[in-house]
Amino acid sequence: MKTFSYTITDEVGIHARPAGLLAKKAKEFESVCTIEKGGKSVNITKLMALMGLGVKQGDTVTVTCEGADEDKASEALKAFFEETL
Amino acid sequence: MTKYTGKGVYGAVAMGKISVFKKQDTAIKRIHTEDSEEEKKRVAEAKQAATEQLQSIYDKALREVGETNAQIFEIHMMMLEDDDYNESIENIIDSQKVNAEYAVAVTADNFAEMFASMDDPYMQARAADVKDISNRIIANLTGNVSDGSAGDDKMIVCADDLAPSETISLDKDKVLAFVTAHGSSNSHTAILARNMNIPAVIGVGSKFLSEIKDGDFAIVDGFTGEIFVDPDEKTTAELTAKQKADEEKKRLLQTLKGKENVTKDGKKINIYANIGSVDNIGAVLLNDAGGIGLFRSEFLYLENSDFPTEEQQFHAYKRVLESMAGKKVIIRTLDIGADKQVDYFGLKKEENPALGYRAIRICLTRPEIFKTQLRALFRASVYGNLGIMFPMITSVSEVEKALAMCGEVKAELKEQGITVSDSVELGIMIETPAAAIISDKLAKLVDFFSVGTNDLTQYTLACDRQNPDIEQFCDTHHEAILRLIEMSAENAHKNGAWIGICGELAADTTLTETFLRMGIDELSVSPTFVLKVRDAVRNIDLSK
Repeated sequence: MKTFSYTITDEVGIHARPAGLLAKKAKEFESVCTIEKGGKSVNITKLMALMGLGVKQGDTVTVTCEGADEDKASEALKAFFEETL
Repeated sequence: MTKYTGKGVYGAVAMGKISVFKKQDTAIKRIHTEDSEEEKKRVAEAKQAATEQLQSIYDKALREVGETNAQIFEIHMMMLEDDDYNESIENIIDSQKVNAEYAVAVTADNFAEMFASMDDPYMQARAADVKDISNRIIANLTGNVSDGSAGDDKMIVCADDLAPSETISLDKDKVLAFVTAHGSSNSHTAILARNMNIPAVIGVGSKFLSEIKDGDFAIVDGFTGEIFVDPDEKTTAELTAKQKADEEKKRLLQTLKGKENVTKDGKKINIYANIGSVDNIGAVLLNDAGGIGLFRSEFLYLENSDFPTEEQQFHAYKRVLESMAGKKVIIRTLDIGADKQVDYFGLKKEENPALGYRAIRICLTRPEIFKTQLRALFRASVYGNLGIMFPMITSVSEVEKALAMCGEVKAELKEQGITVSDSVELGIMIETPAAAIISDKLAKLVDFFSVGTNDLTQYTLACDRQNPDIEQFCDTHHEAILRLIEMSAENAHKNGAWIGICGELAADTTLTETFLRMGIDELSVSPTFVLKVRDAVRNIDLSK
């Protein structure tokens, strides 16, 4: 299991477009990737649930990847957060 | 004449006949059926058809409004594939033994409700996206897919609300304007209208819709958000003039795109843009700025709940540099303090914050903060044409210290095997009278000056710019300020530096000629003012 935390710097947070891109990215991997905010955790590939989490600027989220390619998945998602969120 | 008011989302005037956009009758009946498998098959087929339609809508949007705006339809396609959404539809079909249409409608309501109950207005507006895709599935289930074609005349399209896919499906050549009774300015429909350059007014209210009919003549003023149905002569004349003036201005600006910033007698000047966030780069490119003359790095600090890491900063700077593809990008180092406060800096409350602990004063006394930023900047320097400038300079020793820090950081990075560009220009803001007065000495140390006229005015005239009561004493054209700028320009050029202006005064076209005569090399203004200043420059003749 791989885990990292990230604090959102993007002005609008995880809104529709980044959520779509993020879900797409997570689908590339076999591992189950979840995102947790304020005690609520959802599967990243589930776009509507991800948007429903309402992640905003300044929120700290914890991402967990578990599965055969968890190292790669965690690394790719981390890079995605740093670059766009 | 009847006047209605809503919110204008794209500034332009349109006049013509009204066409009331009718939604299909989407009253869904709950029908009991035992054949759940058949209903699920119907949903799958309808979804397949919906995806194909969305793909072609996406392609159309890509051509008409660009990739960023077309992405919403890609999101719609992804929403159609959402596991939770699809499971909900199948569950309802299975457990309640009902028809596909009903299951989709209930699911749509539930998901839309989830978004509508969120506290963020942006997310609330996403309820419309869920409804949009669900209605598309239902339309495919019932075989009521509209092709969105209107009549032959250009019309003002009026609707209760328009879904994004309905907006983009309308034939752009036949739409004069959009008017909706509901809808928010955050909606993708509003964003699309803006990008399609179609005047649009939203949120006019239900009364409007009940009082108009197809064929009514109306004028839509997207600037003020006003709609005049059956306008009188005076209003028609006024708005015709407004429409003409606006079209002329837009045409003029469009013809100026790609043109040089050169006076009639051949003097050239750079016109750059000021931005405060990576998101503004689109506007910089759209308005044809020659570079970024002031990138306020504060946003990285203001948006964070703790100090932004070197990595975070590096990615932001790299993105700006790459997006500007080799054009000059001048990034101003941290300018926190005074009116820009950040909790985690733990700054003390001051009697006189404008004269207090801010900008370079923080950087030089808390070098760990400054060094992190400089490391990120120099690491990003290889991705474009970077300039770095320091704010609030008052003395030679401050500049020497800042430059020494740059040297240290560069050496450290090289030692670690990280490549650093050797052509990074280093400059300072001239925003205190002290800096202008000793500009001869300062110019010898740096590559460029950038005059921050807002602070320079405040400090020179001893006028707090946040106090509206003394506005009449705050004469931004005061001779003292112009003399300080002129003096700085002379000293810059004598000592091998160039000089730009990045404060509000740079966009004041009544001063453009004055600045050109002083020999100012660059003006940096809000993206939307770039072409206006270019127009002014091209009409100046310095030989007269």
